[in-house]
Amino acid sequence: MRIPCPYCGSRDVSEFSYLGDAAPQRPDPSGDASSVEAAFFDYVYLRDNPAGPHRGLWYHGAGCRNWLVVRRNPSTHEILEVALAAKEPAA
Amino acid sequence: MRYSLFSLLGNTLGGHKGWKPTWRDAAPKPAYDVVIIGGGGHGLATAYYLASRYGVRNVAVLEKGWIGGGNMGRNTTIIRSNYLLPGNIPLYELSMKLWEGLEQDFNYNAMVSQRGVLNLYHSDAQRDAYARRGNAMRLHGVDAELLDRDGVRKLYPFLNFDDARFPIQGGLLQARGGTARHDAVAWGFARGASDRGVDIVQNCEVTGITIVNGRVTGVETTRGPIAAGKVGIAVAGSSSRVAAMAGMRLPIESFVLQAMVSEGLKPIIPGVITFGAGHFYISQSDKGGLVFGGDLDGYNSYAQRGNLPTVEDICEGGMALMPAIGRARILRTWAGLCDMSMDGSPIIDRTPTQNLYLNAGWNYGGFKATPGSGLVFAHLLARDEPHPAAVELRLDRFARGAVIDEKGQGAQPNLH
Ligand SMILES: Cc1cc2nc3c(=O)[nH]c(=O)nc-3n(C[C@H](O)[C@H](O)[C@H](O)COP(=O)(O)OP(=O)(O)OC[C@H]3O[C@@H](n4cnc5c(N)ncnc54)[C@H](O)[C@@H]3O)c2cc1C
Ligand SMILES: [Zn+2]
Repeated sequence: MRIPCPYCGSRDVSEFSYLGDAAPQRPDPSGDASSVEAAFFDYVYLRDNPAGPHRGLWYHGAGCRNWLVVRRNPSTHEILEVALAAKEPAA
Repeated sequence: MRYSLFSLLGNTLGGHKGWKPTWRDAAPKPAYDVVIIGGGGHGLATAYYLASRYGVRNVAVLEKGWIGGGNMGRNTTIIRSNYLLPGNIPLYELSMKLWEGLEQDFNYNAMVSQRGVLNLYHSDAQRDAYARRGNAMRLHGVDAELLDRDGVRKLYPFLNFDDARFPIQGGLLQARGGTARHDAVAWGFARGASDRGVDIVQNCEVTGITIVNGRVTGVETTRGPIAAGKVGIAVAGSSSRVAAMAGMRLPIESFVLQAMVSEGLKPIIPGVITFGAGHFYISQSDKGGLVFGGDLDGYNSYAQRGNLPTVEDICEGGMALMPAIGRARILRTWAGLCDMSMDGSPIIDRTPTQNLYLNAGWNYGGFKATPGSGLVFAHLLARDEPHPAAVELRLDRFARGAVIDEKGQGAQPNLH
């Protein structure tokens, strides 16, 4: 598998580290305790785990050291889309 | 037909024309008391124990492909019960005890071979961890022996003791561990279940789960609807997809694990060896091939094929441990689909849908659990309460904070 990094171009998968699913968003910890608890349970443990297109977080450690969001078909290993995980923070 | 010396002699005299198919390739009936989704080892074992131990015989196992075509036919056949945590040990040891009598029980040669499983350690910290694991095992009545360097050298003089970057300091041996012929285990359970009336239905994919008023009433399949009193899900790497048919999200992600086999060689490796400084494990099949593997391809995948960097990494581990392996040629590599749970341990439980049961999260270690998993899942399906060996493996353990994190890696399935 090769991943087209927006900065470095098409590189072998061994240059990257995989973190996990890009979908879960850390919930807001303020608010009613039981609903916060349920939201955190969902965030930490539950996953859609689709067989179709899936977005994952990858780190290009042996290249530009950017975090990427890679949209990929886990049934075929086809890479559908690659984007930077975050814009450069404002100085 | 019962297999015995006499059946063998009789068929030999008859020119081997009298052998019958091992199990009935059944067509689905309109309704069953229990439908099991997934004709892997766990689904077949569940059906076998439902019929043989719990007297539930109006059962169907539905398999989308052919039985044993999933992980059951793709694993590296290692069986062991060298677990650490009290939530895990009882299940795996129950399974090991079942392995020890399995061939007599189902009258089939599964080539169960207790050739010993040795986990090597390469540092003081690792030795302490293995001593602790061995103690935990012995406290639960499981055999374990901590070997020092000389003890390992006596067993396996061909390992790299002299110029390794991570020198072998010793190992934890479970002598009762070993291997079993994975396909034969599936066939033996299928035959035992089929002989007791269970329908084993191949080429029958479950495409939907029918739920009425919060209670399961049957399944939709590529061979039509089938009504069921109870439905058990045992689909390994497809757990999330099938659970989604019942509106459930699981603490599971699917990853591939690769394995490979070398050309056939004369016997050189008597037992199973694992390399503690990297991730590599190896045994030799009775046909002579070296069977080995290592890490997951660590990202979500349903492809049932892996990528080359992992193959390379595994082979490097092998070379570090036993340099002689570099002379052998690899014949085949393949991958299976593993349902990696968030704590690395299995889930055996009821679901929020009444009469729908889940057997999942076997990660890449469920082959050894095949008989035990079948027995405890049959118990759950028949009695509606967890088997004593599986009480800790319920689904709500994540929400309760009672995870069984054997590896101490947290909620990160690709690290288990
Ligand atoms: C390379 C590799 C090496 C391994 N090595 C070991 C080892 O040495 N020791 C060990 O203990 N474990 C090992 N494992 C893990 C072990 O093989 C699995 O945990 C175990 O086999 C899973 O249970 P199963 O046999 O029921 O799964 P499977 O055989 O995968 O059964 C699931 C079945 O469900 C079917 N299915 C899926 N969806 C549907 C549907 N919608 N309708 C109908 N049927 C469906 C599939 O076709 C499949 O046949 C290994 C796994 C791999 C991949
Ligand atoms: Zn880059």
